[in-house]
Amino acid sequence: MTQLESAGAPARQFLPIDIGGVDVAGATRWLRTMLLIREFEAALDPLSMSGKIPGGLHLSIGQEAVAVGISAALEPQDLVACAHRSHHHALAKGLTPRSVMAELFGKATGCRGGRGGSMHLADLSIGFLGGNGIVGAGLGIAMGASLGSHLRGADQVAVGIFGDGGANTGRTWESVNIAAVWKLPLIIICENNMYAVETETERLTGGGSVSRRAEGFGLPVRTVDGNDVAEMYRVTREARERAARGDGPTFIEAKTYRYEGHSTGQIINYRTIDEVEDWRGTKDSIQRLRIALHEVGALEDDAFDELVRTSRETVQDAIAFAEGSPLPDPIEATREVTAVELGLGNAR
Amino acid sequence: MTPVTYSQAFQQAMHEEMTRDDRIFVLGTDLFDRGGHFGQVLGLGKDFGRERVRDMPISEAAMVAAGVGAALNGMRPVVDLNFIDFSFGAMDEIINQAAKMRYMFGTPMPLVIRGTSGVALYAAQHNNSLESVFAHIPGLLVAIPSTPADAKGLLKTALRGEDPVIFLMHKRLSGSRGEVGGPEDVIAFGEATVRRPGTDVTIVTYSHMVLKAMDAAERLAADGIQAEVIDLRTVMPLDIQTVAESVRKTGRLVAVTEAPCFGSIASEVAAWIQETMFDWLDGPVVRVGAKHAPIAHSPALFETVIPQAADIEAAARKLLKRRDA
Repeated sequence: MTQLESAGAPARQFLPIDIGGVDVAGATRWLRTMLLIREFEAALDPLSMSGKIPGGLHLSIGQEAVAVGISAALEPQDLVACAHRSHHHALAKGLTPRSVMAELFGKATGCRGGRGGSMHLADLSIGFLGGNGIVGAGLGIAMGASLGSHLRGADQVAVGIFGDGGANTGRTWESVNIAAVWKLPLIIICENNMYAVETETERLTGGGSVSRRAEGFGLPVRTVDGNDVAEMYRVTREARERAARGDGPTFIEAKTYRYEGHSTGQIINYRTIDEVEDWRGTKDSIQRLRIALHEVGALEDDAFDELVRTSRETVQDAIAFAEGSPLPDPIEATREVTAVELGLGNAR
Repeated sequence: MTPVTYSQAFQQAMHEEMTRDDRIFVLGTDLFDRGGHFGQVLGLGKDFGRERVRDMPISEAAMVAAGVGAALNGMRPVVDLNFIDFSFGAMDEIINQAAKMRYMFGTPMPLVIRGTSGVALYAAQHNNSLESVFAHIPGLLVAIPSTPADAKGLLKTALRGEDPVIFLMHKRLSGSRGEVGGPEDVIAFGEATVRRPGTDVTIVTYSHMVLKAMDAAERLAADGIQAEVIDLRTVMPLDIQTVAESVRKTGRLVAVTEAPCFGSIASEVAAWIQETMFDWLDGPVVRVGAKHAPIAHSPALFETVIPQAADIEAAARKLLKRRDA
């Protein structure tokens, strides 16, 4: 159960968000994508635990607004590289639920034919340069991609997304430094969900603030409520415009929260139920957008329920598609290792 | 054509290829004015400007990451790591990112990572031999030329290909001179060359050890022993076919490397040849490699760790004695 129906918690306890200046149809599309991500992620836990999906998964429930706000601010030709918690970014960038689900199942119809899986979802044809299994690595790839955009003179911006855990790896700051000194068309996003796996980031971060650390690199730094999709959109859009003008990168710290554990099937004993309930009950990004749309008369309760139902149908369709899809041909395991022939008996 | 040095050969290939293909650019430390610490990109800054000859901070991870990302986005970057020992700060970017991009994401990864390698001065932390480490990683190619002509021709192939290439240039070869090919003289990867034909024993090696193998072959020739010396030129792909053909003729193989012998390219060649050519061998495949120790500062120390021509010669003679017995 994802507890999304309108019969849930009373509206007044949620922090308000400002959707002024955002067109209502657009905001409704955001809501639809956020609901899709939440339903998609909620369906995965039992599939992972039962072994239908090989291995554990890093769920993004609670962090939907970060991904949707970013993607909403980008142009289709823009590029996104992120980290191990990647499903929401993949879906927001435009990978289909079917291709992501089939990839998680390890099927031939997945976006990478079963080679990638949860941490290596990718579709370069739509500018999604992948999740990444190594903390901090996605930002470096985005930084390099933005160098490519710059050298080609393309109207194209790259976004590198890492978590609060990534804020404590050295190479993150190597990339921030280069992007700043070269004024690359890059948007640097720290998706701070408060916990580096199971340890509070606050206890691990010297100076106590990722944003303050970034300020030392001489680029604009914005700290954002990552559960406010409209604010995520506005700040990212501003960063995109700045990058596209040739004025260089922006550093955005998006404060958010994951409702589930670091990965599927984990017992959470490192934070309180009160803390989780506070986020769910006052800062939930979906409820806040629902209320904002409701207040401007753009979304009645039954319309919201219909969006929830549609999302669930889409996810069920994706699961049925993945279950019905063929496994990859084993010959694929040794294909496309290199472009040249190695003489090692690899399949061509 | 006037002979050029090994470093100049690299520079020539870069210049010709950057002129031919404006997607090629180079980044690294001290490139624009100094031309790299070995003169390997001297003058490129003047001719191609700061956009395409990019000076980097000493941030190895970001250097390679910049290359990986740019290669994903339509460019053909050359990342100059100065000494290949500095790759340790970028090992994730090389092994977990660059090497796996084609496989994971289905994309070309035309990235060249240049590093000075091999054993010479400056002690333990500037003299790691990493060719077998990189060759071990699926997705990476490893070029390790011994002559200016090969440096030029192999680099051209690397710059026209789609794979990440670790391009290793030996310190002691930097100033060595030789004729080089023209703008279209490319040398394919995975094609070893016979540096000296012979019938009695095969010596297979690469990089600076080719010179020592040639010395050893001269000494053997003085006693009427004809050694065939094979230069692998790339160790991934590795041209085992040329080695096998030679062994079919000589029946004896000495596999030489300057790297620690344990787990080395010489070990790989030895294993491969004994598996596939056992019936053609007149004796065991002998490996001659470095002793298992870091490289010291004093030449009096490190020259005893790496193989010398006399060690190669002795190994060949020992193999040949088996025939006489």
